[in-house]
Amino acid sequence: MGGRERRWRGTDHLESRNRPPRSLLVALILASITLITLDFSGGTDSPVEPARRVIGEAFGPVESLTAGAIRPFTAVPTWFRTQGALSAEIRDLEAKNSELRGEVASAGFDKNRLEEYDGLTGAATDLGQALVPARVVAYGSSQSFSHTVTIDAGAAAGIGPDMTVVNNDGLVGRVLRVTRSTATVLLIVDAESIVGGRVGSSMEVGFVHGTGSLAADELDLRLVDDAVIPDRHDTVLTWGGSSGPYQPGVPVGRVSDVYASLRESSQRAVIEPFVNFSALDVVGVMVPTGTTSDRAIVEADGALR
Amino acid sequence: MTRFRALFAVLAIAIALVLQVSLFPHLAWHGIVPNLCLLVVVGAALSIDAPSAMLLGFAAGVALDLAPPADHVAGRWALALTVVAFLAARVRQDVKPTATAVIGTVAAASFIGTSIFALTGMLLGEGQSVPELLQVIAVAVLWDVLLTPIVLPPLMKMFGRLQPQWAST
Repeated sequence: MGGRERRWRGTDHLESRNRPPRSLLVALILASITLITLDFSGGTDSPVEPARRVIGEAFGPVESLTAGAIRPFTAVPTWFRTQGALSAEIRDLEAKNSELRGEVASAGFDKNRLEEYDGLTGAATDLGQALVPARVVAYGSSQSFSHTVTIDAGAAAGIGPDMTVVNNDGLVGRVLRVTRSTATVLLIVDAESIVGGRVGSSMEVGFVHGTGSLAADELDLRLVDDAVIPDRHDTVLTWGGSSGPYQPGVPVGRVSDVYASLRESSQRAVIEPFVNFSALDVVGVMVPTGTTSDRAIVEADGALR
Repeated sequence: MTRFRALFAVLAIAIALVLQVSLFPHLAWHGIVPNLCLLVVVGAALSIDAPSAMLLGFAAGVALDLAPPADHVAGRWALALTVVAFLAARVRQDVKPTATAVIGTVAAASFIGTSIFALTGMLLGEGQSVPELLQVIAVAVLWDVLLTPIVLPPLMKMFGRLQPQWAST
């Protein structure tokens, strides 16, 4: 009996040391669910947003620092391939190449705009934009099933929510939220991203949806007019007002496949984006011209200010 | 002593989080990175008392949910890592866990954690195709197991040293 009791006491002791308390588990799970409910029902102005901001202010600069410290090492492969001058030359040529490719890609679109007397006003709104250069310092992981990145420019650089982010290949995404020195960017390949798109050659409008797929190299285009079939290799550019999140006329991608969806009685085109989302580095955020910033801004005419 | 331990735990989580978003994407396969925060939580659950480990799991989850560039509904990683800490603490015995036991725990924890995160996403209507989901989970488990021999031994040693009455014998 005594032995039995001792054994029981012994197991009790072991239990209390080994067994994680269920009450705490329940409390923490309830706390998590409360957090999920608060954030989910709150939408864009959820009560969790200030907490995000605070954590962002703390982690943003650390992420920028870490990315800066890592950059020399990630650049080692290119360093081995090229000498300093050579790599600068290649960079310039690549920029020139992308620029020319962009010109070719949007040539049909520009011609159409001119024909529709839309070109002048469009060009005017385009010219009203300047670019704040920034570098990508952190990537959201695929385990989180969202495609977002952090850039090292924030409110102090004149960046605000819903601004368009581009690089020299085309549309990257839009700014979701900012802290003082960083901003979170939703990439257009994210499953929740919807961009107004216009097919360059036919001027048809539609919506470009991100697929959120792992490979991240395709987007879906659904045209508003379901009788129109976009051509393959047609270029898709953004469309929208200058007040919307996406500035009009930024190249998004090229039509690579077209499917007729019987169920939804509309055309679904697969777009291959111009931007390589797995190798993002330098990006530009489109800000209104004349924005005060903590860094040099690339003005619409190419001048640095 | 406890304050020092809490400080170390918070520091470990912060470092894991920053490496996870800033360093490992350069080595990632299709954006799938090792979940270092989960490794820290498992390491804590295997070496400190269960309530602290669960609180740490919750805190690490909240940090993962809120730190940029996260944009999913907050609370999902918190839920996943709380459960992971609970289960890992249950697995632990009073004897020093063997290498195989640690690796097995990490694999199970990684599978369960990523799955809970994915399932809450499905419940909230963030549709993902199931094959792709399974692919992500499988690669994530592989990553976490690969990093276990490097990350967990020093981590468990540190946690154990900070709480001597719990140090593995």
